[in-house]
Parts: sequence; structure tokens; C-alpha cells
Amino acid sequence: MISKLELENKYKSDFPILQQKVNGKDLVYLDNAATTQKPQAVIDAVNDYNKNINANPHRGAHILSVRATEAYTQAREKVKNFINAEFSQEIIFTRNTTESINLLAYSLGELLDEGDEIVLSIMEHHSNIIPWQQLAKRKNLKLKYLYPDQDYRIPFAELKEKITKRTKIFSISQMSNVTGVINPVKEMAEYAHQQGAYVVIDGAQGAPHIKTDVQAIDADFYAFSAHKMLGPMGIGVLYGKKALLEKIPPFLTGGGMIEYVHEQSSTFAPLPEKFEAGTPNAEGAVGLAAAIDYLENIGLAEIEKHERELTEYALEKMRKLDYIELAGPDNLKDRGGIISFNLKGIHSHDLASISDTEGIALRSGHHCAQPLMKYLNLNSTGRISFYFYNSKEEIDKFLESLQKAREVFGYGS
Amino acid sequence: MDLDSVYTELIMEHNKNSRNKRELDEPDISEHGHNPSCGDDITLELKIEGEIIEDAAFNGSGCAISQASTSIMIDLIKGKKISEAFDLVDTFIAMIKKEIDDQQELRKLKEAMALKNISNMPARVKCAVLSWHTLKEALKKN
Repeated sequence: MISKLELENKYKSDFPILQQKVNGKDLVYLDNAATTQKPQAVIDAVNDYNKNINANPHRGAHILSVRATEAYTQAREKVKNFINAEFSQEIIFTRNTTESINLLAYSLGELLDEGDEIVLSIMEHHSNIIPWQQLAKRKNLKLKYLYPDQDYRIPFAELKEKITKRTKIFSISQMSNVTGVINPVKEMAEYAHQQGAYVVIDGAQGAPHIKTDVQAIDADFYAFSAHKMLGPMGIGVLYGKKALLEKIPPFLTGGGMIEYVHEQSSTFAPLPEKFEAGTPNAEGAVGLAAAIDYLENIGLAEIEKHERELTEYALEKMRKLDYIELAGPDNLKDRGGIISFNLKGIHSHDLASISDTEGIALRSGHHCAQPLMKYLNLNSTGRISFYFYNSKEEIDKFLESLQKAREVFGYGS
Repeated sequence: MDLDSVYTELIMEHNKNSRNKRELDEPDISEHGHNPSCGDDITLELKIEGEIIEDAAFNGSGCAISQASTSIMIDLIKGKKISEAFDLVDTFIAMIKKEIDDQQELRKLKEAMALKNISNMPARVKCAVLSWHTLKEALKKN
């Protein structure tokens, strides 16, 4: 067992971007829910792909195309094992979580008829709301929301009231990007399945931080993005159960996803190519595979443990400051490393600008979750979000920057 | 970046106790302005008498920069001709975009010149210009 401090020091040095100074101060990067940074191993893997391997996968008989195909195929296999899918054809590469959910809203949406219902939670990111809203408009469906209780969590009674035999799709985030609430997706999926609904899990904040087993959850579909787990931007994943992916029609069409093309009709390639029209982001997939290797080398359990300690440490200190209002559950159980808060009398944008002068990167605003913010009666919040390379020392620096903001705004120390 | 050059006393004062944050009785124009990416949200109300902006006020929520910029703008445009207000909006936006740097030319912005340093904070430019864009939209409707 290595100590916590060793863990911090050991891994932060693998990230070239985290070595820099901002405004003369050590960079403290606390915006990991927006995007994470890349270790040298990921940068090297993408670089190596472009220097030695690059060609169009699946399209040439020459050696480079064969190598590119191998690299791309291996990346898919790596993702399959990472989330414990049964078959590698169940892994569809997309641009990101947003595109994965849009794919479903179009293709899975084809199975729905007028009057059918879709159930979401109010804590969803816009990417897990608007595709369904648009689908509901196109097909005249009913969109329903689950609302949280005082502790920011969705009561099971709410689930039972809203999900009925009329519910065809239930889509929910594994972890909220605002409150850090981790939803009991396994139990939720089980209930939704009993009612006959398809279950979609938005794993954007889940996959990078929580050991995820899509078969254990029994998710019909699971979406996540590489850039929130050390990988490149522009590559994401949609997992779907094989039988369901075979059942639904393709989303984007064109090169690479066909079998035979005639003048008036076409037949489509089997999975996973059926859903991957056009030249894929092979270097992105290679980067994602390297990110998975890196994460698995540390171990998701260790990452979860370290982030829980950071969250506990930060919350304990923040609760003691009477000028801070927290927006998230008190109970640390099933809560991830995301903390939303406000400083009394100081808008989060002003705080973010002032913290930036101290080298601290935090997020401010509505976090692409306007319906949740409205429900919680918040105009905006500041947000810090951790990854395994953050430390308690960095949290202390963040807390000092709050003090600085108070001084700028003329509040006593 | 020097914080003191942005969060000046003037800006803090307008943010904290804006006399312009109120409601007008029967405004002639009410215009809503919103920064979708960050949530700053204001409603600008104007009373127009012929060519003159007789009174102006605002409501809403946002950061210190958006709130102060709105309040300072209202002080500046009250009693001005609509054509002058259009010119002031263009000058202010040009200042923030660093298209005008000439002190003489900027002088007509009076207190609003205090927001000049926002041009050095790219992430906050949209906060400073929100109310000015909103005013322009409002006046176009007149």
C-alpha cells in the first residue's frame, strides 16, 4: 500500500500540463468534471500512432492501413473490457457522450410511437435532455422528470410514480455533474426494466471515476467521453446490448457502414460498423486505450478512494465557513468528487476570475444543467471537481483563494 | 492580470448598491438580455420621450461586472438622444474589443471607461457587453 501523499506526487508528475505556473502560481486544476488532463503516456500513444501507424482503418490492403485497423480494433477491445461488455461489437465509437445520446434519440427513438413516455431526471446535463426533448417533439411523446428530495437524491417513490408501463425510455446520469450525486443506477434499471422500458445511462461523470460493469448494472445503453478520463477530445463511446443495437436503425450513414449499395437502396454492415459512418477517429481511440491502461494501472478502486478522501476533506473545511452555501448532499455515501457552492454576496464568475489569478482553475455558471439549477433556485454556482492527481494541499490553496475573493469584495477576513 | 484594475471601487459600488436596479412605471420598452453560456440575465426598461431616453432601469442577476456595467450604462444614457445612445454603445463595445484606444475618443463614455481593463480578461468580455447589446436591441425596437 502506498500512502496518499505518495499517490498524489507519483501521478501528478506524469502530467506535463500540471507542471506549469499560472499568474506566477502553481496551477491547481479543479475543473475535471469539464475535462481532464492527459498523462505523458496518452500524449505519447497518440503521437506514436501519427508517427508510425496512421492510415484509414478498414480501407486499405497496405501495411499502414492494416496497422491502423489493428490499433483501432484493439482500442475497442480495451473499452469492452474496461466496462465489462459481453462483446466488442457492443462498443460504438462516437465523438462524445452527447453524440452517443443523440444517436439513441434518433435510432432507438424509431421504436417509439405517439403517446409513449420518456423519463429523465431533472439533474441531467443538457446533453441528456435536449436530444429527448427534440425526439418528443418529432414523435409527439411525453417527457417526464424525476425530482430529487432535500438531500439532492431521487427517492425511489419518485421513480415508482413516474416510470410506468407507458415508459419506453428511461435515461439517467450515473453521477450528477452539479451535485456529485451518484445515482443507484443498477436498482433504477431493474425497476425500469420491470416496467418494460429501455434503460440508458449517461456515464460521462461515472466511467472516469467509478468502476463500471455494464452487465452488472444491466444497462441497455451506456455513454461516456474519453476526454473526461485522460483521453483525447472528439472520441466517445456508446455501449449497447448487441440484440438492441441490431434491432435499431443506423444513425449517421455513408462510407464504412454499408454492406451493398444500390441506386435506390442499401444494406448495412454488421455491428459495430453499422453505427460508425465515415472515417473514424482512430488516433482518438488509440488515446482512449492508453488512458484506460493508465487508469487500470492505478486501479479504479484506488482512484475512487482517493477522490472520496479529497471530497470529505474539502466538504469538512467548507462546511465550517459560514460564507459558503453548498449545493449537494451532506451524506458522503454515493457522492462523487464534485462540489457546487456559492460564496455569499459574490457571484461565481467573479470568484472564478479571482481564483484564476491565484492559479486555480474552477468552473462557474449553470454547468449545462439549467433545469436542475432552476429547480434548486440557483442562478449559478462555483464548482470544483477532483481527479486522482489532485491533493489536499491544492484544496487548501483553493480555500485561500476564497478568502482573497472575499477581500476583493470588501468582506472581512 | 491586476485584479484591482478590474474590480475597482466604482465597479464594486455599482454592483453593491445600484440606484438603477428598480422597476419603471409603465416603461415604453422592456428588453431581456441573457448570456446563455454563463447565465447572466438582465431586463432593461426604458422610458422614451420623442428622441430622448427619459428614464432607464434594470433588474436581473449576474456577476459584479455585468451588474456594474449595466448600472454605469444607465447613468450614462439617461437624458441622452437615442442617436447618441447608439453611438455610445458602439464606442463602448469598440473599447472592450480594443478597437478604440484613444482616450479623447473614449472620454464620452465617462464612468464606463472604468471597464476598459475588462478587455484584458477575454473570459469576462461577454459580462461587460451584455447590457450594451441589450440596449441596442431595445432601441432598435423603438
